[in-house]
Amino acid sequence: MTAPFHKTLRKHALALVTLLALAAAPFLGFGDGFALSLLARAMILGMAAVSLSLLVGGAGLVSLGHAATMGIGAYTVVAFDAAGISEGLIVFPAAIAAAAAYALVTGAVSLRTSGVHFIMITLAFGQMAFFTTSSFSSLGGDDGYTLYARTEWLGTRILDSRLTFHFLCLGLLALVWVGGGLLLGSRFGRVLRAARENPQRALAVGFQPYPYRLVAYVMAGAVGGLAGALLANATEFVSPALLSWTRSGELLFMVILGGVGQLGGAILGALAIVLLEESLSHLMVYWRLVFGPLLVLSVLFLPDGLVGAPLRLRAAFRFASPKRRNADA
Amino acid sequence: MSMLLVQALNGLQFGVLLFLVAAGLSLVFGVMDLINLAHGVQYMLGAYVAATLGVWTGSFWLGALLSLPVALLVGLALEWLVFRHLYRRDHLSQVLATFGVILTVEEATRALWGSAPQTVLEPSGLTGGPMGGVEIVAGLIYPTYRLVIIGVGIVVPLLLWFLVERTRAGMLVRAGATHPAMVSALGVDIRRLFTVVFAFGAMLAGFAGALASPIFPVAPGMGDTVLILCFVVIVIGGVGSIRGAFIAALLVGLLDSVGRAMLPDLLRLVLDPSSARQTGAALASMLVYIVMAAILFFRPAGLFPGGRSA
Repeated sequence: MTAPFHKTLRKHALALVTLLALAAAPFLGFGDGFALSLLARAMILGMAAVSLSLLVGGAGLVSLGHAATMGIGAYTVVAFDAAGISEGLIVFPAAIAAAAAYALVTGAVSLRTSGVHFIMITLAFGQMAFFTTSSFSSLGGDDGYTLYARTEWLGTRILDSRLTFHFLCLGLLALVWVGGGLLLGSRFGRVLRAARENPQRALAVGFQPYPYRLVAYVMAGAVGGLAGALLANATEFVSPALLSWTRSGELLFMVILGGVGQLGGAILGALAIVLLEESLSHLMVYWRLVFGPLLVLSVLFLPDGLVGAPLRLRAAFRFASPKRRNADA
Repeated sequence: MSMLLVQALNGLQFGVLLFLVAAGLSLVFGVMDLINLAHGVQYMLGAYVAATLGVWTGSFWLGALLSLPVALLVGLALEWLVFRHLYRRDHLSQVLATFGVILTVEEATRALWGSAPQTVLEPSGLTGGPMGGVEIVAGLIYPTYRLVIIGVGIVVPLLLWFLVERTRAGMLVRAGATHPAMVSALGVDIRRLFTVVFAFGAMLAGFAGALASPIFPVAPGMGDTVLILCFVVIVIGGVGSIRGAFIAALLVGLLDSVGRAMLPDLLRLVLDPSSARQTGAALASMLVYIVMAAILFFRPAGLFPGGRSA
């Protein structure tokens, strides 16, 4: 936070431009229902991805069960809907609290392990949540549940307007991103990063990583729950597929593709994956034949993810023109 | 009682198939420190190639046999194209890249063979006619082919154990798993060792797919479910440990089959029938993961910790 303003600005330029583009999109020809619902999905997944990035990039905790928190948020909305309650002031806090509670219980157990074992134990809990939701017969079981109406706020159907929903998602996404960034920059975040870089040294300095990690895990879970509640409203349909391990994997891919080093990378990654999937699947039947190799190539040639791409490009150009390099030296 | 016996045999047979896939995954993970999500793809390809070649040649057994070299070649090609460049990268990059490989190969399979499940020839020539059965206890007939799988599943792990524990190549593999830098310094071409191990694991997975093709539907997503269970097997058994993988595979197979058969009945003792069926089914699917979480909680390194600590 001590860095000069223009440096901070430049570091986050790509994410900022993306957010501005998302704000302008409805007025630049992307205001129809289809485009808005697509963008809403991308932003909501981006929110969940940012919270996962907080764990992966910030705390070094690779969770393969993050979709469960999203699913629990979504299923809370659905359960209240089945009970005839759709007031946002009740539903949204409940969704966030439910996901945070899930994260607290599973995190308390999972955080005793590390590395690959942490990946697998979060997967195990995710699968348990998945099979639990598919056994809720009153909420449709495997077939899922169609939401009767979007969540109301103080009795008004404010979310029914797609444009309002677009800006609600955008605002929350920006909030999560900025909040996450401030958190990582704070003393709390420094302890998390220290424990990631060198757990032994962190211990020697007098920091027990466990409680810090648990708090981070619960916070990420709460944001996941918020994203899930929004997603239930965006699609007006919730099914166990939302909690499947492939969905958790997808969130992880968004984080990695965007770049683990910066929270903003998760936003880029989510947007890139959702939009690429959508446009490719319109262009051709076997679109994954292009999408799959693109993922592989991105790993091989963009080790820092999308956020690192501009820097890498610049370096490549410098390398290509030796005159310029000499001038710099 | 005979019901339980049948489920136990089914569980053994499923466990054996899991082991064949998990063994390669565990070797690759233990020796090269590579998380290969695309290993399930080899299983799927094995099943597809065996099914297609079986129909071409008119014999299931010939098709299954011919699928081995094909799986080996595909493994070599993938290693050369993609995985070779990932050994030095962190686990996250490996996960993303190998996921890209899954998408590509599954989509290619869909483009080549279509999305519908493939027809597979019945394995002929077993006692009691095609897919015939054997009376294992009085009044209980069990398919011979499934018994053959169990038999294969006992022979292959023994061969593998001999290969890894008693031969020079196996010694290099074990040494490469724990001290890769030292092995390399002693003049062993560690890259070639990696390639060989990788291709061998791919072949085992392809073999498992070929064996599974008459029993399970041969469809594009078939590798994913097996893959995730194989990771469970590896983590329960201990990363890099063949013996651990074998025991964990049987445990997972048995838990899954017997749980599915028994839990709904057990729950009926305390719940009403319809909710017992529903909860039982959900609980049975969860059982494997509950056990894994419990094992990881009490023994974070798995049952038989071996190889490099991950």
